Amino acid sequence: MLVIGGGIAGQAVCEQLDGHACAITLVCGEPHLPYDRVNLGRLLKGAEPANVEDLLLRPATWYADRGIEVHLETWIEQLDPERRLATTHSGTEIPFDYAVLCTGSTALVPPLANVAAPGVHVFRDPGDCAEILAAAQTADRAAVIGGGLLGLEAAHAIASRGVPTTVVHLMDRLMERQLDPDAAALLAPAMEELGVEVLLERRTQGLLVNPDGHVGGLAFADGGRLDADLVVVAIGIRPHVDLARASGLAVNRGVVVDDRLISSHPRVLAVGECAEHRGVVHGIVAPIREQAAVAAATISGHSAAYAGSIPSAKLKVMGVELFAAGEPDADHAVALRNAETGAYRKLVIRDGRVTGAILMGDTRGADLLLDRIRTRAPVEDPLALLAEASQASAEDLPDSAQVCNCNGVCKGTIVAAIRAGGLGSTQEVVAVTRAGAGCGSCKPVVSELLAIERGGAGEEPAYLCPCRKLTREQVAGRVRADGLESVSEIAQACGAGRDCGACKPGLAYLVSEICGNRHREERHARFINDRVHANIQNDGTFSVVPRMRGGVTSADELRRIADVVDKYEIPMVKVTGGQRIDLLGVPKEQLPAIWEELGMPSGHAYAKAVRTVKTCVGTDFCRFGLGNSIALGIELETAMEGLYTPHKVKSAVTGCPRNCAEAYVKDIGLVAVEGGWEIYVGGAAGSTVRKGDRLTTVASPEAAKRVALAFLQHYRESAEYLERTYTYIERVGIDAVRAAVLGEGQAELIERYGIAKAAADPDPWRERHHPATPKQFEELDTEAMLVGPPAGAAR
Amino acid sequence: MSLLEQSVTWLAIGRAQDIPPLEGRSVQVGERRVAVFRLPDGWAAIDHVCPHAGGPLADGMVSDACVTCPLHAQRFSLITGERQDGAGPGVRVHAVRERDGVLELRVL
Repeated sequence: MLVIGGGIAGQAVCEQLDGHACAITLVCGEPHLPYDRVNLGRLLKGAEPANVEDLLLRPATWYADRGIEVHLETWIEQLDPERRLATTHSGTEIPFDYAVLCTGSTALVPPLANVAAPGVHVFRDPGDCAEILAAAQTADRAAVIGGGLLGLEAAHAIASRGVPTTVVHLMDRLMERQLDPDAAALLAPAMEELGVEVLLERRTQGLLVNPDGHVGGLAFADGGRLDADLVVVAIGIRPHVDLARASGLAVNRGVVVDDRLISSHPRVLAVGECAEHRGVVHGIVAPIREQAAVAAATISGHSAAYAGSIPSAKLKVMGVELFAAGEPDADHAVALRNAETGAYRKLVIRDGRVTGAILMGDTRGADLLLDRIRTRAPVEDPLALLAEASQASAEDLPDSAQVCNCNGVCKGTIVAAIRAGGLGSTQEVVAVTRAGAGCGSCKPVVSELLAIERGGAGEEPAYLCPCRKLTREQVAGRVRADGLESVSEIAQACGAGRDCGACKPGLAYLVSEICGNRHREERHARFINDRVHANIQNDGTFSVVPRMRGGVTSADELRRIADVVDKYEIPMVKVTGGQRIDLLGVPKEQLPAIWEELGMPSGHAYAKAVRTVKTCVGTDFCRFGLGNSIALGIELETAMEGLYTPHKVKSAVTGCPRNCAEAYVKDIGLVAVEGGWEIYVGGAAGSTVRKGDRLTTVASPEAAKRVALAFLQHYRESAEYLERTYTYIERVGIDAVRAAVLGEGQAELIERYGIAKAAADPDPWRERHHPATPKQFEELDTEAMLVGPPAGAAR
Repeated sequence: MSLLEQSVTWLAIGRAQDIPPLEGRSVQVGERRVAVFRLPDGWAAIDHVCPHAGGPLADGMVSDACVTCPLHAQRFSLITGERQDGAGPGVRVHAVRERDGVLELRVL
């Protein structure tokens, strides 16, 4: 078996052939093993996963275990089906019984003037993403040609990096192949709300270039123009058919295949975006799986037929929920519109069967409707079906319903895997079945199925040490029962941390918390940031953030900071979101000397610890201030600093509900109101945006501080390691938190907080005088500018 | 690497006492930066630069037999140098030993 092409199609064919007795050779043109192209947008967003390696569909060992011979960066130049020989670009001949063309497609680029100018990109592979990301750093205005699924995702990704972005679309509505005019009319304003301007019915006639040759904008057929120094072309795909054509196979737009996926030669098949079946070239993932399954059956001598696929699409743009499947319009359709929420839900009916669905703003029941469309189920009352879909839970889905459209996994497969493997967490189900390993949008359904199978029992807790399957509770039990005081003692007692070591920082936190910071500290159990008390950067240098309580500083401090920046030629000085000053690009060896000259304590900006308390100017200067936010902020920060936590804790104190210090979106936020203080907890404004829950309202700043400290200690004792306050609160519920923090246990929480605080190191930067380990800030062959003990020190 | 680049003799690279248990420190050997680790039962040495994105492996989290890069958590065996998830290239392993408190390295 020769599989030509290392995309999702080539991978799907290998997966389908797995278990059949045949030797497989996989030839990939790109330097990577098959990866998940569907999620390229994630690379473009610059978030995790940050590297194409993290998108690999299977690790290298998977191919090795199955004896699949993989040739990377290899192209087949010639296919001779008669002699059953393929010739690579380097002249090597590979024999085959059957060849499957999975050559995919390239971005379709129209023959526009200056389309090859610098600044013009297509959006197709990881290289494109990297280039677009780099260009977005410096671009002033971006334009995306093409208002389809891919174009919208690219535009949103660029706009979210702060570049004003316009989508230019030829047709009179966005996503015209998937949406009817009504839904499209709702989509455009939703995109504009996300910062993506939409221009419809604009035919791009050519690209304008600046005198230096770089692209400068678009010229439209109606004479208009649009300035843009970053242009992305996303108007569709062009199947890769050069090899098929050179090999004498019948080619139309794609390689022509029959229902068995066989091309015009019986020994050559084609699957995926390079194949044309009944006049249709599919450019999305779900049909590829279905085609690969039929191709594998054909090759192994079984009869199977591919009858086309129901196209379905989910827009992966945060803040816009959109699902579309089947045909967008027909003579008979019903639509529900919720004027209050702006949601739009529509079913398309043909001959008494559902043939299409559009769900916008409310995608509940998408899986159920997709299943009805796929199975061509008759429908008597479409409105009743829509209502049913709104209520549908995973339990109502038939076993045959496809839950994961990226990897083609049915409900039945997932349920069987949960039962057979005794799986206990969504994470495990995803790993075993690969459902949810694609775009991830079906993960809630996977979790729901798991919950049903577990009879409503909660998911198995996350393991603190996954290698030894030990939960936080189990390890904590050992620590308490045996009086363990260090990570090595835990490792000796139960093995946790010995295999991969990833859980050691979690173990270190756990033992420190249980022992009230009177544990035995071992630096090997700490992440590098906590060994050198600075945040490691992408080039191996570190960043230095001194403590400035409440974000308040002085001329004297600023002068010292400026002197340090000059003396050590620090390449970047940055004001952080937490109202601090960050010195970036510091080599490890310079840390002790810089701390000494700054003469300020550590800001703990590198640790899973109490970070900052932001404040607004409050009653000291503000006309509107109701409470002294600066004084309370500094007091709260002083009380909390130096304490380590399961994950970072960001706080704010703001002097009135105008919320200038952004207290509503902090882990702990205090807000002055008429006659008292509100305490908010579990807020977030990072990758998750969540307004905190109001824990309670109290009369005095002293009481507010007390509640905040009780909450901090409760979180320190109860949350899983690496669980932020907002995930913790969503897991256990705000009522449970209220009961713990505001109830009778409050005094004991405050007492245990006091014990931990008393033993916490308020300033680890003092290790400049007494390094905790030999060469703490050095390499074997480097010398730090070490600072001697402070004058008059006893030690 | 050509044979010429391989050192045939052991080079003294520093004092054993300067590397704490289950930690690493790096050292320059010719054109190569090497990370040396103290394990529960001896020593290990691999290339210092992570092949994924250039992270400093000597600053990684060390367990009994592997190290995790501090930048993106790629994990490498300290015995074979292989990347543990098999999804990318590994690192070169070198010979290291302790003699009278002195660490000696042979680049392989």
